[in-house]
Amino acid sequence: MTETDISKLGPQAAYEAYLAAGRFMIQRAASTGEYVFWPKVTSPTGATDLEWVEARGTGTIYAITVNRARSGAYNVALVELDEGVRMMSTLPGVETAEIGARVRARIEDTEEGPRVVFDLAGEDAA
Amino acid sequence: MSMDSMRGKSAIVGMATAGVGEAPGFSAMELLGQAAVKAVNDAGLKLQDIDGVFAATSSHAFPTMSVVEYLGLKPRFFDGTNVGGSSFEMHLLQATLALEAGLCDAALVCYGSNQRTAGGRLVSMSEPQWHETPYKPRHPITAYALATSRHMAEFGTRREDLADVALAARGWANLNPEAFARGPLSKDEVLSARMISDPLTKSDCCLVTDGAAACVLVRADRAKDLPGKPVYFMGAGGANYHRSIVAMPDLTTTAAAESGPRAMEMAGVSQKDIDVVMLYDAFTINTILFLEDLGFCPKGEGGRFVRDGRIAPGGELAVNTNGGGLSCVHPGMYGLFLIAEAVAQIRGEAGERQQQDCNIALCHGNGGTLSSQCTAILCSEAAL
Repeated sequence: MTETDISKLGPQAAYEAYLAAGRFMIQRAASTGEYVFWPKVTSPTGATDLEWVEARGTGTIYAITVNRARSGAYNVALVELDEGVRMMSTLPGVETAEIGARVRARIEDTEEGPRVVFDLAGEDAA
Repeated sequence: MSMDSMRGKSAIVGMATAGVGEAPGFSAMELLGQAAVKAVNDAGLKLQDIDGVFAATSSHAFPTMSVVEYLGLKPRFFDGTNVGGSSFEMHLLQATLALEAGLCDAALVCYGSNQRTAGGRLVSMSEPQWHETPYKPRHPITAYALATSRHMAEFGTRREDLADVALAARGWANLNPEAFARGPLSKDEVLSARMISDPLTKSDCCLVTDGAAACVLVRADRAKDLPGKPVYFMGAGGANYHRSIVAMPDLTTTAAAESGPRAMEMAGVSQKDIDVVMLYDAFTINTILFLEDLGFCPKGEGGRFVRDGRIAPGGELAVNTNGGGLSCVHPGMYGLFLIAEAVAQIRGEAGERQQQDCNIALCHGNGGTLSSQCTAILCSEAAL
């Protein structure tokens, strides 16, 4: 899908199309500078001039839990991106992590499609 | 109409529950119907007198329609506001507004679920959130576990503190013959329970039971002519910031920090006036969060506040005197059972767990993933 094609999509479909193209994109309001995630048609203050920008991909663990399913354990985390917005994600490489730990995003392909996941990052991630 | 002009304008004149615990062989609507009929009888009214219907369930897309048909009602006003477990605290506010505006004269608020015998799982029509789905959250517990993790990290709350909440609930349940989970429970048992979603174990989770509840409200002037002891609507307020836990602004502060003061302002009361505190304890962290957000202790102190049996029978503050969602009943949406216990306490019908001189009770409903917060305050005639 080309950039022009994606620009015709609604925010959810556009986010997913970018992900499918290997890009982790979030929205920013040109007029107010507010970042928006998850993707919507308006910022919290009502700005609708939202444009897609590449996420820096760095962030901090805000909260984390480990789901202990009988089929196996996996963590579910809320990650605060350095842009100031929060997203649900997971750290596939570790059982769990400390709240406040620095993380870095990557796109992981799964059977259900691509998703943004995080790995623990060193100090250099800042 | 100003906010304080609603204080004392309506009263609960009938209250009933049905099928609390296990009710094999009954559908959700059959249980709801039993509770509704009992509540209307309790009010000294007939079903045909009900001209306002307020309902939300976990299994009916159009709850008021289903209730109206099942009970053969012909309401003039109906409201199926569904904000999860806190719907019924909001219904008390809506019903009072409708009664006061003359849109109806006798309001029925009702709920029913057979989720335990129907499969033992939480029944929910709640749709997945697309931005969460790739990470396979197991809601509601994932959301509450995330909030717990944050509370622990920020304030030093411990698993032992969560255990104190569960133990207090069981202590109250042991005084309530209607409670589903009764019997001795030790701190060791609670702490060694199976981990489900760190840091929450099975002991931190509410029950999965059947159950139905219903209440009938009329305008306060009419309440005096009915046979029962009226329990007055004193105030209520709601607040809601998010649907998905991702969008909750601060995982350690719920919108109860706004709904509580709103309800207390309308009621003209403060924390020290409340005799019984009913908090929606879907998980142990809820009790801690709501004690803080409703101002019974400072933010971050909830874990320390619940230690040493302070909210257990004989403690300083009577919290969840029926045994709560943790040990009494939790049929998917629990909000109306908070009201049932408040009514029992104010009427003086709470048996072994009855609080002396209980005149004012606070019911705090929670819906979704710490999402919709609705606080309602009820009182006796003496406290009006």
